[in-house]
Amino acid sequence: MNITVCIKQVPGTSEVEVDEKTGVLKREGVDSKMNPFDLFAIESALRIKAQNNAVINILSMGPPQTMEIIKESFMMGADNGFLLSDMRFAGADVLATAYALSQGIRKIGDSDLIICGKQTTDGDTAQVGPEIAEFLNIPHVTNVRKIIEIGENDISLEMDLPHSVEVVKVKYPCLITVEKDINQPRLPSFKLKLATSDKEITVFSLDDFEDQNENNYGLAGSPTQVWKIFPPESNNTHELWEGDAAHLSAKLHECLTKMKFTGGE
Amino acid sequence: MPMIKIYQSKAQNHDELIKLCPFAAIESSDNGLLINSACKMCKICVKKEPEIFEFIEFEQVEVNKDLWHGIAVYIDHVEGDIHPVSFELIGKAKELAAKVNHPVVCLMVGHNIKGQAYKALEYGADEVFVYDKKELEHFKIEPYTAVLEDFINKTKPSVVLVGGTTIGRSLAPRAAARFRTGLTADCTILDIQENTDLDQIRPAFGGNIMAHINTPKHRPQFATVRYKIFSAPEKSKDYQGKLTECDICSSKLESNIEVLEIRKKAKEVSIEDAEVIIVAGRAIKKQEDMDMIYKLADSIGAQVAGTRSLIETGWIDPKRQIGLSGRTVKPELIITCGVSGAIQFVAGMNNSAFIVAINSDKNAPIFKHAHVGIVGDIYEVLPQLNAKIQEAAK
Repeated sequence: MNITVCIKQVPGTSEVEVDEKTGVLKREGVDSKMNPFDLFAIESALRIKAQNNAVINILSMGPPQTMEIIKESFMMGADNGFLLSDMRFAGADVLATAYALSQGIRKIGDSDLIICGKQTTDGDTAQVGPEIAEFLNIPHVTNVRKIIEIGENDISLEMDLPHSVEVVKVKYPCLITVEKDINQPRLPSFKLKLATSDKEITVFSLDDFEDQNENNYGLAGSPTQVWKIFPPESNNTHELWEGDAAHLSAKLHECLTKMKFTGGE
Repeated sequence: MPMIKIYQSKAQNHDELIKLCPFAAIESSDNGLLINSACKMCKICVKKEPEIFEFIEFEQVEVNKDLWHGIAVYIDHVEGDIHPVSFELIGKAKELAAKVNHPVVCLMVGHNIKGQAYKALEYGADEVFVYDKKELEHFKIEPYTAVLEDFINKTKPSVVLVGGTTIGRSLAPRAAARFRTGLTADCTILDIQENTDLDQIRPAFGGNIMAHINTPKHRPQFATVRYKIFSAPEKSKDYQGKLTECDICSSKLESNIEVLEIRKKAKEVSIEDAEVIIVAGRAIKKQEDMDMIYKLADSIGAQVAGTRSLIETGWIDPKRQIGLSGRTVKPELIITCGVSGAIQFVAGMNNSAFIVAINSDKNAPIFKHAHVGIVGDIYEVLPQLNAKIQEAAK
């Protein structure tokens, strides 16, 4: 069995702000890390591997420093690493990102199962997984909270819905996105770190893809365009209360009472 | 290909220029400055140093926008029970439609749901298209996408609005990819231009930033919106809109997914439906200290919720997380206790009718969003407030 796990490098902090006067983005430090939701996807693959000796491919897209998170996945037990890195992928929105990843998956070869994290912490859109599945023309199931059974030809899963749990059986090849409660991801192992320290990561550029039309990638292949960015609006009507706790609590009590949230009812 | 060109002769101070990019996409090399593939094409560098950085435009083929007419809403439901986000979207769709003189069209997919579809008309939709078939009884991605595709080909809407529910977040991207068009997730503001371009605004780049996004050359324009971002319109029993039954060939509804079982989860009050919410933030030092939060909540009939950092401690159920990676709420009153106010959190609650924030740091970003900001220590203010409420109740 071949499993491909898609992962992403995200900013280590969310402390990005727009300077209200100059309109420039301020980012404290540029440290980055693996999208935390992807750890659950990797762990899900590792647990399947423990049962049936599946081969785990890790796929990511980004600048060369993205190799750091692929190396981290090796330390957890992933087998092969692939990175899509090309200036022509720059500025990709969800569609162009999903399309490039789907081309990468085709290039890697037959994957029976593709696993993605629920969403990223920097985009929070949770769209890339379903779009990859569409480009590969395979079924997808989102919000998987439990993998019940790994069959020969299909996989049984629990999908988490707000008011119910749906148990479904999906034929391979398919794509799933996993919830963060699905498992407890293992920590990177020092032994594996030593063993995989010189493991090669295969880098693909657009020239390696089946579809080499530049207009399908990066900004050119992105239907959505960021027109502008700006700091969030704050409330117009607001007051700031200061003083000692006795004064503040009395004032808040009075305010809540006046608005009929306490007493009176 | 679009690209950012660098005039190397003018690019003298590499260290300063590298700092212009919030995504660390500008690098210094032996051959001068480089832009690497971390570039998001945000064009900040071009705006700040137009002499050095130039954005090279590109041609994208533009669709004929006149052929795309209508604001469509996907009606999300479970066994005919319509999710209220769908009504909120009909309200927004009517506003948008009025500006460009388009109709509001809805799509409802399922089995034995015909009897519920008129509800979309009560909220003001002009036409609701119903696909009612046994094969559509359960949500399965391939048949549902096939139906949405059929509906779009039939009605050619300019905009497709989908609720940011579990089903919506699975269906919308799949359909958007099929039409090779844009989708903007979790929009918090929507407006429409005369040329029918949808103005989509959402928090972006994982930071304290809002992005204004357009889909200038593709149709339809997909957007998802979370529950409680917009308001449902008044409904009326005296409606004008019509219901249209549609059929689709069963061969298009085949699926590699088999639904084996559906288990109902125990019903609980979700924070999305709460009128009053008390939010605990990072300032809570230990689990026992949650008592003062619960005490306040009990006395004013509120639900308790938490920020991401507090959810990570395990002291609050993850279903009670407010923010982009949690739930969006719009209560009458929300009191945040020791919450700093990161944009991911604020995006999940800043449509609340009345926001009270208690935080000991006068400069906390939450105060920019609060109607009433209280600069104080929750460990002092809350117990005293609880005592006062108790006293008044006697």
